[in-house]
Amino acid sequence: MGIIRTAKLIYDYIRMDDEGQPSEKNRAVDNVDVDIEKGSFVAILGHNGSGKSTLAKHFNALLAPTSGTVWVGEKDTSLDENILPVRMTAGMVFQNPDNQIIANVVEEDVGFGPENMGVPTDDIWKRVDESLEAVGMTAYRKASPNRLSGGQKQRVAIAGVMAMKPACIVMDEPTAMLDPSGRKEVIRTVHELNKKEGITVILITHYMNEVTDADRVIVMDKGSIVMDGTPREIFSRVEELHACRLDVPQATELAYELRKEGVDLPADILTPEELAGALCQLR
Amino acid sequence: MSIEISNLNAVYNAGLPYEVHALTDIDLTIHDGEFVGLAGHTGSGKSTLIQHINGLLKPTSGTIKVNGEDIHAEGYNLRLLRTRVGLVFQYPEHQLFEADVLSDVAFGPKNQGLTKEEAAEKAKEALALVGMDESFYGLSPFELSGGQKRRVAIAGMLAMDPEVLILDEPTAGLDPMGRDEILGELKKLHEEKHLTVILVSHSMEDLGQYAERIVVMSGGKVVMDGTPKEVFSHSEELTAIGLAVPQVTSVCRMLADAGWPVENNVTTVEEAKRQILAALGKALPEEEGAHVS
Repeated sequence: MGIIRTAKLIYDYIRMDDEGQPSEKNRAVDNVDVDIEKGSFVAILGHNGSGKSTLAKHFNALLAPTSGTVWVGEKDTSLDENILPVRMTAGMVFQNPDNQIIANVVEEDVGFGPENMGVPTDDIWKRVDESLEAVGMTAYRKASPNRLSGGQKQRVAIAGVMAMKPACIVMDEPTAMLDPSGRKEVIRTVHELNKKEGITVILITHYMNEVTDADRVIVMDKGSIVMDGTPREIFSRVEELHACRLDVPQATELAYELRKEGVDLPADILTPEELAGALCQLR
Repeated sequence: MSIEISNLNAVYNAGLPYEVHALTDIDLTIHDGEFVGLAGHTGSGKSTLIQHINGLLKPTSGTIKVNGEDIHAEGYNLRLLRTRVGLVFQYPEHQLFEADVLSDVAFGPKNQGLTKEEAAEKAKEALALVGMDESFYGLSPFELSGGQKRRVAIAGMLAMDPEVLILDEPTAGLDPMGRDEILGELKKLHEEKHLTVILVSHSMEDLGQYAERIVVMSGGKVVMDGTPKEVFSHSEELTAIGLAVPQVTSVCRMLADAGWPVENNVTTVEEAKRQILAALGKALPEEEGAHVS
């Protein structure tokens, strides 16, 4: 069993009318079975409203299933006594860095999580040092977070989660509000954490270029998992992705268009370098 | 409506230790009916620049002329200017506030002094322009999806009949289809209503596809200004200031470097496809919308 597993997970958003009676039901997650392997880098793709964020919120017990079960580190998230261990196993990073930073100094912000967990002071500082080092923000430890760029703030937020030493980090569109260089910084940091520290990463995004290096890509549509495979397998299915309101990287799109015209190219091209290389073989 | 910016300087916190030169000696003319892309990484001065264009910020020095008139001259009606130069901020859906979609969009024209009925008419027209029919009128704006909310916010601006529309990252956080829908509608408005559009974006892919002219900013200065093709032929310079050329441009550039007869500054997937097919000696495909999404 993987570090996170769901069985027949269903979640309904229920609207109440003026009398407090349920009036409308909106099924956001519909019968999802997923098993996330420890140490893997998994990307979840889906358009706005496909249920990917709702699914992610189950992974650290922010939401409890309407029906079905979620296990995080083999603990059932619907039981009250499991909420704390679940949240220590799976840390979460959200979209807007400004909503996640609470302290006036970077190092204090990073230390906030472990302090709340009752970690001894010496150990807190050790964790702060290690986490800042891991995200490449040691030089800014005494800085005020509001003087940092978006990408830097997001890396501080990631360090804050890391300092709690979770086995798994769930990131809900961590780069949506960043510019291209900030986006690269964050994605590179996350890949390093995955490789060097062995932290399981679940990355939710709709930027296709960010998932080409993932171990596994899961595509959601209307609350269900519609595709599940390696980036190469997924991105060769261009038409199905378009049907889910998604894109492929431009290089893949171009390769797909050329293949349609009878150019003999592999179906799983992901980067400009690969496409240029494959074309040069032909001429 | 033409906008003429000359010698514009903006300094934040002048005289304090935190003094920042946000804009330095900007000279820029936006012509009537243009679709201009404004690119630059965070902190390059894009947002400061656009807030000067509709008079939200006052220049430290320099002038901004709209249709030949200095907007900071005595007696100039800035309030009127702001309805003619509409500015859609980042995440405009955070500014929705009314109980239903129609009243939210009608708020602007009502403030312009139109009667309730006239304002509602304007609101309906504007909603139609962004592809939202009457089934949305009575809904709460907060029940809509991200893309729909954003369209309501843009309609709120369109209902005031602006001649220039400035949008700051209008597609941030939207999924690819939502992005294509919003940008497609902008292009249509630009073509059909002769609206001047200034689109602020990090995405060179989007600007390559939609803008007629791209202005690139870095460190508070305009560092490039030209057609997408002209701008994309400077890929090293763009990379150096934290921007990237579209992937198709890099592909063709690599091919050109390897001796292929393709241009190193193509802007769209279709263009790259045509040139590569021609280089391979394949028949050019019939005229078609290649990107079916």
